Amino acid sequence: MAVDSIRSAEAVRARGVSRPWRLVAGAFLAGSLLVGLGVGPVGIGAGGIVESALSHVPLLHVHSPLSSLEEAVLWQIRAPRVVLAALVGGMLAIAGSTYQGVFRNSLADPYLLGVAAGAGLGATLAITYGHVGRTGALLPLAAFVGGLAAVAAAYVLGRSAGAARAAGSFVLAGLTVTLFLTAIQTFVQQQHTNTLRDVYSWLLGGFSTATWGQVAVAAPYVAVSSTAIVLHRRMLDVLSVGDEEAASLGVNVARLRLLLVVAATAGTAAAVAMSGLIAFVGIIVPHTIRLLVSTSYRAVVPLSLVVGAGFLVLADVLARTVVSPAELPIGVVTAFFGAPFFAVVLRTSRSAR
Amino acid sequence: MIRFRELAVRYDGADAVRGLTLEVAADEWVMLIGPNGAGKTSVLRALCGLLPFGGDASVAGRDVRTFGRRELARLVAFVPQNPVMPPELTVTEYVLLGRTPHLGRLAIEGRRDRQVVAKALGRLDLLPFAERGLGSLSGGELQRAVLARALAQEARILLLDEPTTSLDLGRQQQVLELVDSLRADGLTVLSTTHDLTLAGQYADRLVLLDRGEVAAEGPPGDVLSEANLAAHYGASVHIVHDAGHVYVLPRRG
Repeated sequence: MAVDSIRSAEAVRARGVSRPWRLVAGAFLAGSLLVGLGVGPVGIGAGGIVESALSHVPLLHVHSPLSSLEEAVLWQIRAPRVVLAALVGGMLAIAGSTYQGVFRNSLADPYLLGVAAGAGLGATLAITYGHVGRTGALLPLAAFVGGLAAVAAAYVLGRSAGAARAAGSFVLAGLTVTLFLTAIQTFVQQQHTNTLRDVYSWLLGGFSTATWGQVAVAAPYVAVSSTAIVLHRRMLDVLSVGDEEAASLGVNVARLRLLLVVAATAGTAAAVAMSGLIAFVGIIVPHTIRLLVSTSYRAVVPLSLVVGAGFLVLADVLARTVVSPAELPIGVVTAFFGAPFFAVVLRTSRSAR
Repeated sequence: MIRFRELAVRYDGADAVRGLTLEVAADEWVMLIGPNGAGKTSVLRALCGLLPFGGDASVAGRDVRTFGRRELARLVAFVPQNPVMPPELTVTEYVLLGRTPHLGRLAIEGRRDRQVVAKALGRLDLLPFAERGLGSLSGGELQRAVLARALAQEARILLLDEPTTSLDLGRQQQVLELVDSLRADGLTVLSTTHDLTLAGQYADRLVLLDRGEVAAEGPPGDVLSEANLAAHYGASVHIVHDAGHVYVLPRRG
C-alpha cells in the first residue's frame, strides 16, 4: 500500500506547461522576434541579427557583419519597436488570462474594469487641452493616470455593491465606469473636432513611434505585474471553485483578488499608455492556449505571456508591411488576422473532441 | 472536538441560529436535521469561518475566531451542498486544490502533497479517473472527487452539507458508507441531511433544529419520533424500528 501510494504519487501531476509546449512557445517567440527585427524596407538576415547582437556583448569579441546603416535601423528603429510590441502583447495576454480567472468569466478582457476608457479619456484630454501631440512624452502618462483612476473608481463602486456578489458586481461596475467615461470622451471630442485626428490615431494603437525610452518606462511595470501573476498561477485555479470554497480552503479571497487586479491593471495601463488601445490579444491568446494546451491556469498564465508577446510582434510586422510604406493600425491587424485564426482553432478543437 | 455554546448566527437580517449548544466528540458522526430554513447550513458555515457569529464555537479546544484562515482550513474541511466543479480542471488538479491550506501562497505542490493526493484518489477509487476533466464525470464520481479534495486537506473535522442530495439511492448509500469508513482514519464528521431514514442508520447522534434552535437531540431512535416530526416538519410519518435501525416512512393523511 505504501509502495503503491508512493508510485502513484509520481503519476499525480497538474498539467503545467509540458516540455514540448515550452519549446514550441519559446520557438514561436524567438522566431517572431527575428522576423520582427529582420523584415522591413532594409532586410536583415537572422544570422546578421544574432551576430550583431553578440557584438554588443562585452568580452565576446564578435564583430557585427552589418553596415552602420543596418546597425542603426536594427537597434534604433526596429529593436525598440519589436521589444515594445512584445512587452505590450505579453502584458495584454497575461492580464486577460488573469481577469478571466479572477472574475471567473471567460469573456473578461484587460479592458474589463474601464482601463481602456480611462486611458482613452486621459489621452483625449491631454491632446485636446494639454496640446500634447500624438507623440508627446506626456501622452502615455495621461493615459496611464486615466486608466488607473478609472479602475480605482470601478473597484470602489464594485466593492460598495457587496462582497457577496463580488465577481459579478465588479464586471457591472467596470461597465458603468466605461460607459460614463466614454460619454465624456465623446463630448470632448465633439467640442474639439480639430484634435479628432490625433485622438483617433492614438485610440487605434500602434508602435510606429516606439523608442527605447518608452520601453524603459513600460518594462518595469510589465516585469513586476507579470511576475506577480505568474507566481499566483496556482491560486487562479483555486479561485475557480468560487469565493466561498476558496475561503474554506484558507484563501483570503478579497485580498487575493485585489492583488491580482492591481497587478494586471497596472501592467495593462502601462501597456495601453505606450501603444494605444489594442483589442483582441487579451481574449484570443489565452483561449487559444486553452484549446490547444490546457485549461489549467498553471499553463494558461505563463504561456499567455510568451505567446502574447510573439503574437503582437508578428501583428506589428504585418501592420507595417502590408500597405508599406503606409501603416495599418495594429488593432485592425490583430482582429483581421487573429479572428479567422481563432475560428479555425475553435472549429478543429471542437471536432477533435 | 467541536463545541458550540450559545451559538447565534444572523443571516440576511434574520436569526438563522439561536442559542445552539452542542458538542461533537472525536471520531463521532453527528447529523443536523430539521425543516428547510432551520439553520443547519449556517451552523456548518459558522464553524468554518464563512459566517460571523455570536456565542462560542471552538474546535480542538480553541475558539475558531482565533485561527487564521489557513490554520482553520488545515483542521476543518467543508463540503458545500452544491460545490463548484470547474469543468476545465482534471480530477487530479481539482483534488490538488485541497492542499492549498498547507502551501504558501506562491508555492506549488511538492512530493509529499502529491503523495497525499494520490492516497486520497486511491481511497475514493478515483485513480482511473485521475486525468479526466471534471466536466466528463457523473454525479457520483463528482461527489467522490469532492470528498477526495476534502481528504487531501488532511483536516480532522469534516463538515458535509447535504452530501447525498442529487444522488440516486445506490450512490447515496455508497457516499455515506464511504464517509463512515473515513471515520476509521480518525475523522470527526458533522453533516446535514433531509433524508431521515439514512440519517437514522448512519449518524451516531441526531440534532433536530427548528427555526434556529435545538428542538431535540440524542440517538436516532429517540429523536426520530412521530411526535417530533409532526411538530417540527409538519409531517405525517410512520416510524419503524427494526434490528436497531430506525426507518421513517411518509404516510398520507
